Amino acid sequence: MPLIEAENLILGYERRAIAEGISFTVNKGDYICIVGENGSGKSTLMKTLLGLTAPLDGTFRFGDNLRKNEIGYLPQQTVVQKDFPASVTEIVLSGFEGRKGLRPFYTREEKETARRNMDRMGITHLAGSCYRNLSGGQQQRVLLARALCATERVLLLDEPVSGLDPKVTVEMYELISRLNHEGITIIMVSHDVAAALKYASHILHIGDTVFFGTRDEYVQTSEGKLFIERSSNTRKKEDKRDDR
Amino acid sequence: MIDKLINYLQFPFVRYALIVGVLIALCSSLLGVTLVLRRFSFIGDGLSHVAFGATAIAAVVGLSNNFAVVLPVTVVSAIILLHTGRNTKIKGDAAIAMISVGALAFGYLLMNIFSTSANVSGDVCSTLFGSVSILTLTKDEVILCIVLSVLVMLVFVLFYNKIFAITFDESFSRATGMKTGAYNLLVAVITAVIIVLAMNLVGSLLISALVIFPALSAMRLFTSFKSVTVFSAIISVICAFLGIVISILAGTPTGSTIVAVDVAAFAICWLTGLLLRR
Repeated sequence: MPLIEAENLILGYERRAIAEGISFTVNKGDYICIVGENGSGKSTLMKTLLGLTAPLDGTFRFGDNLRKNEIGYLPQQTVVQKDFPASVTEIVLSGFEGRKGLRPFYTREEKETARRNMDRMGITHLAGSCYRNLSGGQQQRVLLARALCATERVLLLDEPVSGLDPKVTVEMYELISRLNHEGITIIMVSHDVAAALKYASHILHIGDTVFFGTRDEYVQTSEGKLFIERSSNTRKKEDKRDDR
Repeated sequence: MIDKLINYLQFPFVRYALIVGVLIALCSSLLGVTLVLRRFSFIGDGLSHVAFGATAIAAVVGLSNNFAVVLPVTVVSAIILLHTGRNTKIKGDAAIAMISVGALAFGYLLMNIFSTSANVSGDVCSTLFGSVSILTLTKDEVILCIVLSVLVMLVFVLFYNKIFAITFDESFSRATGMKTGAYNLLVAVITAVIIVLAMNLVGSLLISALVIFPALSAMRLFTSFKSVTVFSAIISVICAFLGIVISILAGTPTGSTIVAVDVAAFAICWLTGLLLRR
C-alpha cells in the first residue's frame, strides 16, 4: 500500500488555481524529486503534503498507517532564524514537540534519540554551539537532525541545497541519499534537475504539463527533454555570468 | 542611605511596590524573548495603548475596579493582533499601529470630555507614565498581581519547550502536528495579562521597554535560548529592584527610573558583548 496517494489535485490560493491535474503515489523507500519552473506550484504542493493548506480539488490519501504529522520537514531558512539565539541541541530536541503532546519536558529516550540523530548528521561536536554561528551546510544538518526526531518515515525537503557552495551541496546530497538507503522515504523540491536525475528514483514535474514516473521514463518524455535542456542552458548562462 | 532605605521599607506600600515590581519585571522578561524574536516587539506598545483606552472608559463609566474592564479588552485586542496578524489584508505592524494610536486618541478624548477629576492632565500623565500609582497599590491589588504573575510563570515553564519550538520555526511545528494556533493564542493572552499588570508599574508608554530591553540585553551575551531566557529574567528583576529603590531614595518617577536602569543595563551588555567578540 502506498504511503501517499494523490489524484487529480488542483492547487492554488483563494480559489485561483496554480497547478492542475497532479496525480502521484509515494511508496516506502522512494526518492521523489518535485521539479518545475518558478511559480508552477511546487511550494504549494509542499504545503498541501504537510497539511498546511488544503487542495482546491482532488483527493489526497495517506496509507500504510502514515499519520499526517509523520512527515518530517526541512523548510527553507527564515529571516527570524538568522539571529536566533539557540543551541544545536535545543533545536534538534524541538523536533519531538509535535508528537509528545502536552507533556512539558523531554524524556531520557528522546534525548538519547536526539544525540543519535546528531551523530548520524555528523554534528555531535556542535551540540552546544549557537545555531546562528554555523555555516549554511551545518545549519541544514541541524534541521535534518530535527526532522529525523519528528519522524523516521517520510522527509520532505524544500530546496535543501539553496545557498550552499558546490562542495557542501554534494555532501548534502550524499547525506540525503544515505538516509534514503536507510529506508527513509524522501520527497524533495528542487531547482537542480541534474541532481534530481542523479539521485531520485521518481520525478514529479509540475507546470503546464504534469508528469509523474520513474527517472528513466522522465528522460524519455518530450517535456523532460525540454526542461533538462532549458535548465542546463540557464546553468551555462549563469556560469558565463560568473566567469565575467 | 541604607538607613533611609530601611526606614522606607517599614512602610507597607514600599514593600508592595517592590514585590509587585519584581514580579512584573520577571514575567515581562520571560515573554520578551519570544516576542522580540518573532518580531513582535511593538505588541507591548500597541496593547498598552488599548489598555489605556480601556482605563479611560472604565474611569468615565465610573467603575472603581477598572481591572474588570481593562483586562478583557486587552486580552481580546491581543488575540486579534497576534492571531490574525499574518493573513489579513492589513499586515501585523500596520494593525498594531492602527489599534494603538486609535485607542490612545479615544482614551484621551474620553478622559477630557467626561473628566471626573479636576486634574485631567495629571491623570493622563500618570496612566501614561505610571508616575505614582505603583506606590498607591492596595493589598488586594498586590494579591491579584502575585496570583497572576505566578500563573504566568507556571504556564511559561510548562510550555517552555513548545514556545521555543514555535518561536524558532512555526511552519515546521505546524507541519509536524503541533497545535500552533492554540499556543499562539496562549502567548497572546499571557502577553495581555502582563501588559495590564505592568501598566501599574511603568505606565502604558513605557511597557515595551520592560518587555524588550532585558531580552535584547541577554541576546548580546548569550547564545542558547535557555541561557537568554534565564539571564533576561535575572537582569529584568535586578533592574526593576534597583529602579524602584533609586526612585524612592531620589524621589524620581518609578516607571521612568526602572526603564533608565534597563537602558543602562543594555548598554553594559552591549559593550561587554562587543569586547568578548572583539
